[in-house]
Amino acid sequence: MTALDDTDRRILNRLQEGFPISPRPFADVAAELGLEEDDLITRIARLKETRLITRFGPFYDAAAMGGAFCLCAMQVPEEDFDRVADLVNTHPEVAHNYERDHALNMWFVLATETEAGIGEVAKRIEAETGLTVLQFPKEHEFFIGFRVAA
Amino acid sequence: MSIDATDRRLIKATQSGLPLVPAPYAEIAGSLGLDESEVMQRLQAMQDSGVIRRIAVAPNHYALGMTANGMTVWDVDDPAALDLGAQIGALDFVSHCYLRPRVLPDWPYNLFAMVHGKTRDEVAAKRAEIRAILGDALRSDDILYSTRILKKTGLRLGKG
Repeated sequence: MTALDDTDRRILNRLQEGFPISPRPFADVAAELGLEEDDLITRIARLKETRLITRFGPFYDAAAMGGAFCLCAMQVPEEDFDRVADLVNTHPEVAHNYERDHALNMWFVLATETEAGIGEVAKRIEAETGLTVLQFPKEHEFFIGFRVAA
Repeated sequence: MSIDATDRRLIKATQSGLPLVPAPYAEIAGSLGLDESEVMQRLQAMQDSGVIRRIAVAPNHYALGMTANGMTVWDVDDPAALDLGAQIGALDFVSHCYLRPRVLPDWPYNLFAMVHGKTRDEVAAKRAEIRAILGDALRSDDILYSTRILKKTGLRLGKG
């Protein structure tokens, strides 16, 4: 793990709150934090390189962009797990896939350009694996207060 | 809000991140043949309408020591679920919070909340906080820890 200094922590905490849409946004944030613009940019670049930041930029709502996405789960026999994971992950529509400690032990998110695409990909995965794909589309998404204290 | 073809180009140009240069919006504008002011106006409009949730950093939970990640799932009385879900989503340790359809008989849970912590004990304590909020509206619950990341590419707008 890379060591973070206090300035890095302040940057991480500040930039989780948002980033200005202005001609010199780094200069604006740097001024708030008492830093120089180029120092802020250099530090963000380093935090990205060392993977302490996974992404920096706009977070788009996939549904608002006209696409669809859906959480799905399968109950995969232990002995077949890796083979099924490969089959599932081959689909470019599979955005995330996690193993979880439950009878339903494989949980993945499908992201497609259209609503109909979700069911089509799920059907293909069922045909390829011989397993049932349970679909958990979101009915309501709640506003999130989540922040990681760096 | 409906997005147009120019918005889609802008989304594709920025969905993997902003350029780390003093005038990032001008740089994006240059690469798309647009004016900086148009790029900023379009981003602002998308942010105002919720197409952009926010422009921000996503810290790497794992690298910051948040290695215990539990998907808590709850069977909550439907009439109370919207109000209670809003309270759960507002907790600072919940990173995603959704209502989803039950899949009976396999899956009785309708409220999903992702909880992160440095240890499973910490996640369990946070789960207890959620349970206390749900109170009498809660019928049953479970927690599914992630044991392996099998794929993580993020959501991408395709070629379409």
